[in-house]
Amino acid sequence: MGILIDESTKVLVQGITGRDGSFHAASMLEYGTKVVGGVTPGKGGQEVHGLPVFDSVAEGVKETGADCSLIFVPARFATAALREAADGGIGLVVCITEGIPVLEMLGNYHYVREIGARLIGPNCPGLINPGKSKVGIMPGNIHKPGDIGVISRSGTLTYEVVYNLTLKGFGQSTCIGIGGDPVIGSGYIDLLEMFEKDPETGGVVIIGEIGGEDEEQAAEYIKSSINKPVVAFISGRTAPPGKRMGHAGAIISGGKGTAEAKVKAFEQAGVPVADRPDQIPELMKEKLGS
Amino acid sequence: MKIHEYQARELLASYGVPVPPGKVARSAEEAARIAKEIGLPVVIKAQVLVGGRGKAGGVKLVHSLEEAREAADRILKLTIKDIPVEALLVAKAVDIRKEYYLGVTVDRSNKKAVCIVSASGGVDIEELAVKEPEKILKDYIDPLQGPDEKALRKTLSAAFPEALLDQAVEALLNLYRLLVEKDCSLVEINPYAQIDESTLIAADAKINFDDNGLHKHAEVEALRTAEEYSREEIEAKEAGLSFVSLEGDIGCIVNGAGLAMATMDLIKLFGGQPANFLDVGGSSSPQKVLTALKILTRNKNLKAILINIFGGITRCDDIAKGILIARDQIDLPVPLVIRLIGTNEKEGRALLEQAGLEAASEMTEAVKKILQQAKAGV
Repeated sequence: MGILIDESTKVLVQGITGRDGSFHAASMLEYGTKVVGGVTPGKGGQEVHGLPVFDSVAEGVKETGADCSLIFVPARFATAALREAADGGIGLVVCITEGIPVLEMLGNYHYVREIGARLIGPNCPGLINPGKSKVGIMPGNIHKPGDIGVISRSGTLTYEVVYNLTLKGFGQSTCIGIGGDPVIGSGYIDLLEMFEKDPETGGVVIIGEIGGEDEEQAAEYIKSSINKPVVAFISGRTAPPGKRMGHAGAIISGGKGTAEAKVKAFEQAGVPVADRPDQIPELMKEKLGS
Repeated sequence: MKIHEYQARELLASYGVPVPPGKVARSAEEAARIAKEIGLPVVIKAQVLVGGRGKAGGVKLVHSLEEAREAADRILKLTIKDIPVEALLVAKAVDIRKEYYLGVTVDRSNKKAVCIVSASGGVDIEELAVKEPEKILKDYIDPLQGPDEKALRKTLSAAFPEALLDQAVEALLNLYRLLVEKDCSLVEINPYAQIDESTLIAADAKINFDDNGLHKHAEVEALRTAEEYSREEIEAKEAGLSFVSLEGDIGCIVNGAGLAMATMDLIKLFGGQPANFLDVGGSSSPQKVLTALKILTRNKNLKAILINIFGGITRCDDIAKGILIARDQIDLPVPLVIRLIGTNEKEGRALLEQAGLEAASEMTEAVKKILQQAKAGV
C-alpha cells in the first residue's frame, strides 16, 4: 500500500514541455509511474515522450482520468497552475516549484483545502512509493520497497537518509518531501495520520530542520496520537539566528525555530533524534525491537 | 529583504499611516540643515539593518543645531554590530504620551496573516511575548476573505481607548494592505505613539520583504541596501548559489540546503567549525562549482574544503568537471576532500581519478577525513 500514490496513480505533468518537466516525465516513465500526459497552455495537441499535451488540466483530466498532477512551472505561474489543478478535479497536487511568494501560498493553502484536494510542496522533491510509483525528482534507484515511511522538509538530505535506510535493509513504504517553504500544503501531522493508518507502514522517519514550529507540533501529535515508532533527524544545529539557510523556511527568527527546541520536543515525546543521518537505521531498529 | 527605517517610514506614509516629519542625512551638515528645516527638537537615529542601535549610542534627542551637528558627526563614526553607520534619520521629536505596538506578519502554523497588537509598545515585542504574553493581542486574517473589520475593531478596542480606535483600525487595515500588495514578511510600527489626546503616529517603522516576492516589485528591489549581505553572499547569489558566511575554518560545498546544514552539523559534531553554508543548487553546472571554490578560498581562515554531493538532479560528473576546472584556474591553498554519490557517480569518479583525485562515498567518512587533514595542515 503505502500512502497517497501507488501503481494505479495517473499523473499529469504541468509544465511538461519545459526542460525539467520533460526530463523528469521521462525519468518517471522509466521508473514505471503511470504518467498519462502533460499540460502546457498553448501547446495542446503536441506530444512529449509519446504523451499527449493538453492546454488545460481540466481537459487533461477529462481525456486521461488523471488523479494526480506534478507541477514544474516557474514560480510566477505556479499559483495559477496549482489552483487550476485543484479546480480541474485533481485530488493530489504535487508542486516542485521553488520561489512562490509566501503570501500567495497562504491563499493557495486554503484554496486547495476548500476544494478538497491535497497539496504536497511547494519547493519539494515530490514523493515515491518504491517499486510502484514515483511522482517527483528523486533518484529512484536508492529506494527499496519496505515498511518505513519518510517525511522530510529537504531534498538531498532525504536521499542521504533513504540511502542509509536501504543500505541497512530498511525499505520504504512511501517517502514524501513536504517542502522547504514556510507555508506548505501538507505537514508532518497530515502525513503521520496517514502513515498510522497504513497497514504497510511499520515505522516513520521525520527529517526536520530549523525554522517554524512544525516539528514541535508534530512531537505533540506523536505523543497523543501515534503508536508506530518514529525516529527523527534535525538539520541546522550550527545555523546562526536570523540567516536564511537556503530554504525559504529555514530561518531562526525571534528565538523561535531552533534545532535545540525541536530536538527537545521530539525527545520529550519519546522520539529518538539521530545526531547523524547514518544513525537513523540503528535508532529505528531499536525502536522497532522495543 | 530588509530596508531602513527612513525607507519604511516613507512606504508607511504612502499607505496613509502618519509619521513625524523627517529626512535622511549622510553628513553632519546635512543633518543640521534638516533639523533647521523641520524644527527643533529632533531625534537623530542611526540607519543600520540591525537591532540594538539605541544601546549602542546610535539614537540621540537634540535641542539645538549645534547639538544636532555634534550628535550626527559622532553617530556617523559609529560601527554597530560590525556595520558602519552611513545614514541618519533626522525626525521631528514628538512628545509621546503612550506607546503602543502594531504589526502584521505571516503565521506559518495557521497559514494566515496575523495582526499583533499591544498597549505595551516601545519594547522588544518578542521578549514581551515570552515574558508577558497576556499583553499581546492577536487576530488572524483569512487570506481568501480578507480582513474582517468588525473583528479587528473588537481586538483593537481591548488595547486602544475609544478616542484612538478609528485611527488604529485604519492603520492596521493599511498595514495589511501594504503586507499583501508588496509581499512583505513583516510590517511593524513600534512604538505606535500617542502624541496628544487624539493622535497616533508611527514613531518607528520596520518592514521586511519576502525575497520570493521581489520579482513582482521592482520599486521594492530598488530599496535594497548592500549592507544586509557580505560581498561574498551577493556574489554567490548572482551565481545562483545560496551562501552564508560563518565563523569557522572548514569550507563546505554541498548540493541541497538540508544536506548542507547536515554537513555543517556533522563537522561540528566531530569537533570542527564550519566556515560557511553553501548550497550549489539543483542543476549545478561546472561553473557553479568553480565560483563556489573561488568564493570559499578568499576566506583567510580557511583550513580545508569539503565537497559533499548526493546527486539527484545534480550530476556527479558536472561537479567533477567543476572541480577539475577550478584546479586549473585557481591555486587551492588548502586540502580538499570530496564525497560523491548518486546520479552519474561512476562518470564523476572516473574524471577525478584521471586527475589523481579520489572521492569518498560516505558522508561521515568524508567529514572525519577533512577534520584530520585540517588538523594536520597538509
